[in-house]
Amino acid sequence: MELKGRIISKGVAEGEALTTSQPISFYGGVDPDTGVVIEKGHELEGKKVKDKMLVFPNGKGSTVGSYTLYRMKKNDTAPAGIINEECETVVAVGAIISEIPCIDKIDISKIETGDIVRLEDDTVRIRK
Amino acid sequence: MILMYLTKEEERMLDGEEGYAAKKSMEILVALGDIYGAEKLISVGSVQVAGVSYHNLGDAGLEFLNELARDGKVKVLTTLNPAGMDLEDWKKLGISEEFAEKQNLVIDAFRKMGIIISCTCTPYLIGSLPTYGEHIAWSESSAVTFANSVIGAKTNREGGPSALAAAFVGETPSYGLHLEENRVPDAHVDVRTNLKKLSDWGALGYCIGKKVGNKIPYITGVKDAGLDELKSFCASVVTYGSKPLFFMKGITPGSEKHQLPKEKIIIKDRDIKEAYESINDDVDAIDFVCIGCPHCSIKEVAEVARLLKNRRVSSKTEFWVATSRLVKQLADKRGYTEIIENAGGKFACDTCMAVAPLKGRFRSVATTSAKGCYYSRHNDMKTKLGSLEECIEAAVRGKWS
Repeated sequence: MELKGRIISKGVAEGEALTTSQPISFYGGVDPDTGVVIEKGHELEGKKVKDKMLVFPNGKGSTVGSYTLYRMKKNDTAPAGIINEECETVVAVGAIISEIPCIDKIDISKIETGDIVRLEDDTVRIRK
Repeated sequence: MILMYLTKEEERMLDGEEGYAAKKSMEILVALGDIYGAEKLISVGSVQVAGVSYHNLGDAGLEFLNELARDGKVKVLTTLNPAGMDLEDWKKLGISEEFAEKQNLVIDAFRKMGIIISCTCTPYLIGSLPTYGEHIAWSESSAVTFANSVIGAKTNREGGPSALAAAFVGETPSYGLHLEENRVPDAHVDVRTNLKKLSDWGALGYCIGKKVGNKIPYITGVKDAGLDELKSFCASVVTYGSKPLFFMKGITPGSEKHQLPKEKIIIKDRDIKEAYESINDDVDAIDFVCIGCPHCSIKEVAEVARLLKNRRVSSKTEFWVATSRLVKQLADKRGYTEIIENAGGKFACDTCMAVAPLKGRFRSVATTSAKGCYYSRHNDMKTKLGSLEECIEAAVRGKWS
């Protein structure tokens, strides 16, 4: 399956999808040293985002979250790519400064955890 | 595909012809502009950059700043938010050598970019004072709210990197609170309670922030408000909920040109009481007292000196006056510093209770700031919000009651 979206941060990334229907706060919600989601009660709590194609509706929380994404990239714990329904400023800025490919305006219900997803600029290819 | 209109000059920057920092900055501004449907970039008169404390940045943040500092130079007046320590005398605040070394590297990077090392959340008190209607790009939510509401300048709530991007380009995308149509109040808040002390303004901010959520309040019923009261209210209302803009009838500019919104919320004595109850914890022993969130004005420092004169801070309690270095210099000349330090108090310049590495150091804090209480809870402290008199008493006695 192929979906078209809007480029937030240009690039190519491929990996296994990790999908949630809940927004993610990177500051305080994800441990930048391990890449594990630590927000209490989050669907992805305890899951590692490292090298995954991270699929979630939108970001939330403190603007410091942009720096958290950057720390993850430098620590090698960052997701390979980010796919959003509606990207907001924290994730957009974080993805750009960390050079993590990021796209939005995607119907994320089409992507399930475990799918192999390739992101290439404005196109998402999904293999079930 | 870029949706926003770019001039030749802006395209050159985006293509990297003016170096790495300008290119990265344009990428950030264009992405934000496209997300929010901006038609173009607009010039800004000044920038306030948050994300200064090494505590929040970590090594990766420092690396990011160093990369930008290689060829990035700010194009407009750019000031800095508080750092994680007093830059001149960090040892007295109990900051570790390792932290100080890293924090100084962060400051060096900002200095290299041409930024004024103001390290305050109140740039409007130390020389970066926008004019009515001026477009600016500020981060630091309390200052953003003050600039939008009390001054009538126009800014979105920027994050650290997007503010830096605006500084390197001298522009910001025209969306959100830069546009008149998005600055219309949509909740009427009628205040039917008397605000007696400074902390009441923080409590009022808490009530309004919680009740209006993501709306712009039009506040009636407030008879008068001074600088310190508005500064405290701005910090609180945005910390606890609302957009970084409000109108206060008869007090803030522009309030006369708007209609009363239909949706009406009434704030009564009971609401203020409930705000105190939810901000205050059940704690009596106080080992930390901090005044100055946002940073103290010279008038507030004078008040602290008056109340502390010939008194002595408890040996069990650490007492901080957080302010900008410039205000402290005024306090030095007037003798306030000597009075406060003789009483055992400490000046915490360039830093504050929200961004210093305080986790694990104190069990409980007393403060005049509702915002300060919010961040202190993140640092695992029990909190007491009260008047300046109550806070000084707590510092002297080492306990609240």
